[in-house]
Amino acid sequence: MIDFGNPVHLIAFVVMAIGLFFDIVGCLGLVRLPDVYNRLQAGTKCVTLGTFLILLGVLIRFGFDAMGVKALLCLWFIAMTSPTAAHAIARAAHKAGFPLWKGSVVDRYAGSKEDPKGVAS
Amino acid sequence: MDIVYVVSVVVVLVGMLAVLKRVISGPTLLDRLLGVNVIGTKTIVLLALIGFLADRPGFFLDIALAYALINFIATIAVLRHFEARFRGRASAVTEEEPS
Repeated sequence: MIDFGNPVHLIAFVVMAIGLFFDIVGCLGLVRLPDVYNRLQAGTKCVTLGTFLILLGVLIRFGFDAMGVKALLCLWFIAMTSPTAAHAIARAAHKAGFPLWKGSVVDRYAGSKEDPKGVAS
Repeated sequence: MDIVYVVSVVVVLVGMLAVLKRVISGPTLLDRLLGVNVIGTKTIVLLALIGFLADRPGFFLDIALAYALINFIATIAVLRHFEARFRGRASAVTEEEPS
């Protein structure tokens, strides 16, 4: 199915390989990092970019036919919703008052007017 | 059966297993929720790759699109519930302090 002589297939394959690399690094970060805020950063930035690149590879592979447009729609939806969900999780964690990791140096949300109670870290 | 796609599927599955470890052991509810969200996102990738393996990518991309919608709505719904019930009471949902 994959034809390395075809430049379009080759570009799609390279893009998908980069996406897989970001996916696996994101999973590693999710397992290894110390608290929920750090894990959010690994678990959403890397995995969103990885998914984005893999679906972009599908789009490059097929061009703008039925499958490519479905991949584009899926890609757009991931790019919109995944950061939104991450933001909501971070906000809920801060509102519930989870403490920051002891190595964290700054918490600009605490004490801002958005913060209802001014929960310090 | 193309070896490139088989390897990709195995890599994604290994990543999902690693995240599942975080979902099971994660000290707070939000860690678990984040893990479930990430597993849902990776399921979309998995469906796209399985579509290549089954030689019917369009069909599987439909399922992936529906899965993306459900995943986002589930995360937001659980967070609404969480914010309403546990505002300012982190200790109620924390089993151990993150070190």
